[in-house]
Amino acid sequence: MASSHSPARRAGFTALLALCLGATLAFLAIPLVALFAEVPLGDVPGLLGDPAVRQTLEVTARTNAIANVLILAFGTPAAYFLATRHFPGRALVITLVELPLVLPPAVAGIGLLAAFGAGGLLGDDLARSGIVLPFTEWAVVLAVTFVASPFYIRQAITSFEGVDGVLTDAARTLGAGPSRTFLRVALPLAAGGLVAGWVLAFARGIGEFGATIVFAGNVRGETQTVTLAIYEQLESNFDIALAISILLVVLSGTVLLSYKLLSTWRRSSSTSPSPFARTGSSSA
Amino acid sequence: MLRAVAGLRRPESGRIACDGRVWFDAHTGVDLPPEDRSVGLVFQEYALFPHMTVRANIAFGGRRRVDDLLERFRISHLADERPLAISGGERQRVALARAVAREPAVLLLDEPLAALDAHTRTVVRDELQDLLTELPIPALLVTHDFRDATALADRIGVILDGRLLQLGTAQELVARPANAFVATFTGGNLLTGQAQPLPGGGCEVRLESGQLIRSDESAEGRVGVAVYPWEVGVAHAAPPDGHLNALPGTIHGLAPEGGRIRLRIGDLTAECSPDEAARLALADGNRVYATFTPADTRLVP
Repeated sequence: MASSHSPARRAGFTALLALCLGATLAFLAIPLVALFAEVPLGDVPGLLGDPAVRQTLEVTARTNAIANVLILAFGTPAAYFLATRHFPGRALVITLVELPLVLPPAVAGIGLLAAFGAGGLLGDDLARSGIVLPFTEWAVVLAVTFVASPFYIRQAITSFEGVDGVLTDAARTLGAGPSRTFLRVALPLAAGGLVAGWVLAFARGIGEFGATIVFAGNVRGETQTVTLAIYEQLESNFDIALAISILLVVLSGTVLLSYKLLSTWRRSSSTSPSPFARTGSSSA
Repeated sequence: MLRAVAGLRRPESGRIACDGRVWFDAHTGVDLPPEDRSVGLVFQEYALFPHMTVRANIAFGGRRRVDDLLERFRISHLADERPLAISGGERQRVALARAVAREPAVLLLDEPLAALDAHTRTVVRDELQDLLTELPIPALLVTHDFRDATALADRIGVILDGRLLQLGTAQELVARPANAFVATFTGGNLLTGQAQPLPGGGCEVRLESGQLIRSDESAEGRVGVAVYPWEVGVAHAAPPDGHLNALPGTIHGLAPEGGRIRLRIGDLTAECSPDEAARLALADGNRVYATFTPADTRLVP
């Protein structure tokens, strides 16, 4: 019917879309605004200077740095293997790699405890050789690596699959062996997507809570990360919890923004898909 | 085929050797990886590395003579450009320079002109012709265009459905097409009919249209008759010479091409000089005879 295409109905539809967008934005923005409104911004540096907060920041930085190095060092070659080789059971392997994405973090923590804890699958053997993992800083590293790695590996597989096979073939005919082809052609062409995946894994790692509290506990100066500190300070010093939260909001925002700027800058040479929406208009 | 020679695809059977070195042998199980074969493969879409400059692309295979190569392929001014920023013809020169930088034993070109538009194509074909003549390396080139093949190759192998139908120079293929496909691929007209040998040699062919033509070649039964456009003449009246074949038809599709006039007479394509077309006042719609001698017909299975 002609009436269903009338300008009034079209305008009504646009208004409906705009209304939903407005509601979404308000819902997402109000908690963020509230964070900044609840504590005077001038007090934030002082609150973060508290020795207890400093310790949790150090633990978080150290454990996440190690976890991210592990994820990149093992995840990148593993993803390249999965992206370029086809073998029976490949789909099953990929599903296994992705499982921590959907696994409740508390379950991941119990799993790690069952594996590496006292009386666990490997825990007693490790203990006999003098390695005790649960409730240590290494337990935090393992928990973060476990929950964050699939964010990187999944994106890395997609990025490597996005590299045109003709280009890697060309490298081979030009005398490059498989490892040089990987380093000089596949890796740089997939780099945009790899960084995107790493950003996701990094953010997930910083925010890690459930698996850590189960497997590593909440020991200040040992296993207490920023998110665990927020949880603890909730009862005792709400302002400190707010200050840490503000720090995390700024950190998350900076990471996302710098990734987007980076991807805009290097879009011309990248062939990898991105998990985030593009900023600005695309000419490509 | 080129991918098999380069080692990117494993053939089911056969043997690939170059300069006495075996690269692949299904029988003995030899199968060298691409990087251990000495090939310079120019891919159809050139496959230049988009994240590297022109110079880095060329240096990828062998970094010794990069400046020489940039000069030789007239791309010195593009050395610091990215492949996406240069034209199709320039990309091809970069791809060629990159392929020869490694000083390969054989150059492989996969449809090197297919990615170009018609105008660039002619220019690049001439350039490629010069380069292939200058390069002291054998080249294996795959194309679907017989004109590209004649311009660029010394010897042409016609492959259909993975089988080699004929191997020879362009002149040999035209003079003696091995079968109907080679005849049409090389630009010939193909007529089909039933051949009946004549007592004095040669034969008569009853075409499917019912007309009778003669050939100096001998055959019996179902045959294809190949005649090339430049051997087909145009006449307004049936020629008095009974030995000249003449097929009546209406002119259509008359158009100049490469300094000659090309026209269709019925099912036959003919070619003549512009002078002759003017003398005979040829125009679309004219009823004329396409003539050719029995000596110019080639019978193909």
